[in-house]
Amino acid sequence: MKVLENLLGKVKPNFEKGGKLEKYWPVFDALETFAFVPGHTTQRGTHVRDGIDMKRTMFLVIVALIPPLLFGIYNTGYQHYLAAGIDAGFWDMCLFGFGKILPLIIVSYGVGLGVEFVFTIIKSHAINEGFLVSGMLIPLIMPVDIPLWMVAVATAFSVVFVKEVFGGTGMNILNVALTARAFLFFAYPTEMSGDKVWISTDGLAQTVDGYTGETLLAQAIEKGAQFSDVTGTAYSSVGESFMASFIGFIPGSLGETSALAILIGAVILLITGIASWRIILTGVLGGMAMGLIFNILGPQFFPENLYLQVPWWHQLVMGGFIFGIVYMATDPVTATQTNTGKWIYGFLIGLLGILIRVVNPAYPEGIMMAILFMNVMAPTIDHYVIQANIKRRLKRLKTA
Amino acid sequence: MSKAIKISKGIDIKLQGESERKIEAGGTSRIYALKPSDFFGMVPKLTVKEGEEVKAGSPLFYDKQREEILFTSPVSGEVVEIKRGEKRRILEVKILADSETQYKSFDSWKAGSGDRDSLVKTMLSMGLWPFIIQRPYGVIASPGDNPRDIFVSTSDTAPLAPDAAFILESEKADFQYGIDALKKLTAGAVHLGVKKGESFFNEIQGVVKHDVSGPHPAGNVGVLIHHVAPINKGEIIWTVAALDVALIGRSLRQGKFDATRTIALSGSEVKAPKYFKTRLGAGLDSIVADNVKEGKVRYISGNVLTGSKEEPTGYLGFYHNQITLIPEGDEPQFFLTEGWLGLGADKFSLSRSYPSWLMPGKKYRLDTNMNGEKRAFVMTGEMEKVFPFDIYPLQLIKSIMINDIDSMEKLGIYEVIAEDFATCEFVCTSKIDIQLVVSQGLADMRKEFAS
Repeated sequence: MKVLENLLGKVKPNFEKGGKLEKYWPVFDALETFAFVPGHTTQRGTHVRDGIDMKRTMFLVIVALIPPLLFGIYNTGYQHYLAAGIDAGFWDMCLFGFGKILPLIIVSYGVGLGVEFVFTIIKSHAINEGFLVSGMLIPLIMPVDIPLWMVAVATAFSVVFVKEVFGGTGMNILNVALTARAFLFFAYPTEMSGDKVWISTDGLAQTVDGYTGETLLAQAIEKGAQFSDVTGTAYSSVGESFMASFIGFIPGSLGETSALAILIGAVILLITGIASWRIILTGVLGGMAMGLIFNILGPQFFPENLYLQVPWWHQLVMGGFIFGIVYMATDPVTATQTNTGKWIYGFLIGLLGILIRVVNPAYPEGIMMAILFMNVMAPTIDHYVIQANIKRRLKRLKTA
Repeated sequence: MSKAIKISKGIDIKLQGESERKIEAGGTSRIYALKPSDFFGMVPKLTVKEGEEVKAGSPLFYDKQREEILFTSPVSGEVVEIKRGEKRRILEVKILADSETQYKSFDSWKAGSGDRDSLVKTMLSMGLWPFIIQRPYGVIASPGDNPRDIFVSTSDTAPLAPDAAFILESEKADFQYGIDALKKLTAGAVHLGVKKGESFFNEIQGVVKHDVSGPHPAGNVGVLIHHVAPINKGEIIWTVAALDVALIGRSLRQGKFDATRTIALSGSEVKAPKYFKTRLGAGLDSIVADNVKEGKVRYISGNVLTGSKEEPTGYLGFYHNQITLIPEGDEPQFFLTEGWLGLGADKFSLSRSYPSWLMPGKKYRLDTNMNGEKRAFVMTGEMEKVFPFDIYPLQLIKSIMINDIDSMEKLGIYEVIAEDFATCEFVCTSKIDIQLVVSQGLADMRKEFAS
């Protein structure tokens, strides 16, 4: 590795102050510090430092995203060949899915990092690692056949208006990846919802008889828990449709379908301590609570709304609920910062996610709205938690 | 009244090179130095010139804002150099020591006798006063104040910290003498924090004892105060380090400023880590000599969390009772093998992203590498795991960064000083110099309320 180190050392003067490529210092710095943790030493304060840094933290989130990514690749192919009625092998499915997802990842990273680089050159601050995660999240929450230019526009919009104008990584109020999705959802609803977008049927002369392409979220509005798969074949029981969605053989955004793969990712995040277990736990509890409330009150008060009768445990594995809770709600920048606040924040996201999905069929992906809404509310929650601490201190003063 | 304080939040950084329980005489230091930078928020005014002869206990400089606070020489000899830095700031006042120390004689203080004023006067003139630190702000106490209580923590939980009970073994009477003096200074109580299970301090009279247990910073005096009786706005607390209590007692009893002190030489780069008997302000080389391993070594006066970086030719700090030598980490690390993507079996972390959590007994040879670059705050909740106060650390730090005096006060800045945030600084993923921020905040607060 001495070779690489020497090479970097050789071109470095060009980027330093007075060099002819001085402007591009942040870009060089980003690449150099990617390859080598710099030999910076502690000067003031503690003389030793914890091994962890932002790069490792962000990279571990990406590692945690690999299980849903791999499953998404497979499922994209699986759903495609199911819709086509073709009996394809495992590798065919993977290859098809890979061909669909790779361009999305390239566009997302290309545009996002491009914007980031431009901003760091303008503002000449170091490049932050935050987008490494956002860039992977964006493709995973897109429908498979989304036009690439839309991904590019949404990513650019999100990075510029949600992150950079607020001051860059660490300063944003809304989750960057989720805003990209919300942007597309409102700007191009036909590409982001309905029953045509979730399965890649491009290039297919015809689909199998009974093909619907509906997600479970759409089916539940009409038929409650009487789900069927994309070919129109009804699942024999609620248990069977639960298992299908738990493992992930259902249509949906690329990375969100398999609760199992997401749970593997969640385990990685929780063991390393990078995601807040408080948010994940209370998020799931919130979703359960809302589902239960609907199950109990639904048949009594709104017997005609069958969505209310989808069992609460089934609600959890449908749509992007789990994906949102595990990867989006836990974004430390946009979540509440106090531990007490995290209990409230997580619980309300779960609660609202299911509430919006069921009560307002125009927003089938309730969890997206719930997280963005709670992103906005997070500082307010923290404010009241901290006020309680301040009051405690003032009270001590009075009684003393 | 006595309380058992059990701390669960914190982190013990296990380092190699713990000092063996053996006290040796340190080599004689030719030159001793007093560093004004050891005294937070103090602007010195010299009373000596280069070439002047001083005795141990003769004043070298005083506090410009509170002229009665004197800083006296630890040895007798000739002032050989007054080292200045930028803007002629005084960095070190160096004294070439006589072979036989001549002490300036003071009236000794008899335990229990006299009034508070005469004790204060004696302590001020001997140069014992700077050992008393006040909270809020962590500056030297004002002699005119009447503190609510005085706190002494005898348990040092910092990495490789010396064991006060071991050092004070032969100085128990002096420690008691010092406690008696402190009792005279406050109308309140003298609280003594003792490591749970340590019986050495059982016989000490006139104090309220509290058992303390748990990971660092459990032994910090700030944690003791917070869990016994937190500081409210307007209150003043004084604190004295355990070894300094004995030094005060010894000096008062003898009527001379006796600056001898036993310190620990520790750290992975020391060949034979052990205790040494030396004197405040001694040259590090007189203690370390050739007891150091090959390679680039960081010399620290104090512990790895709060100590100051020194040259090998530097001097022992006024408040320090430890010298730590660890390797410098100024080599770039390739990201796959030893950098941010490496397995990192030799790295220590609060997060479980490194395997250190699987090896709880392992002792580490940590170097001074930052292990990453400075970033904006991103992660939350990590400081709360190592900060045993009912204070929101991240929010307090942010309020200091934007210089919001009102919020700093509300969020509890009066209760803390920089050292209480050392563990937070260690674990910070964004590599922010948190102790520096806190010091800045305390300086701003003090300026705001200076009359």
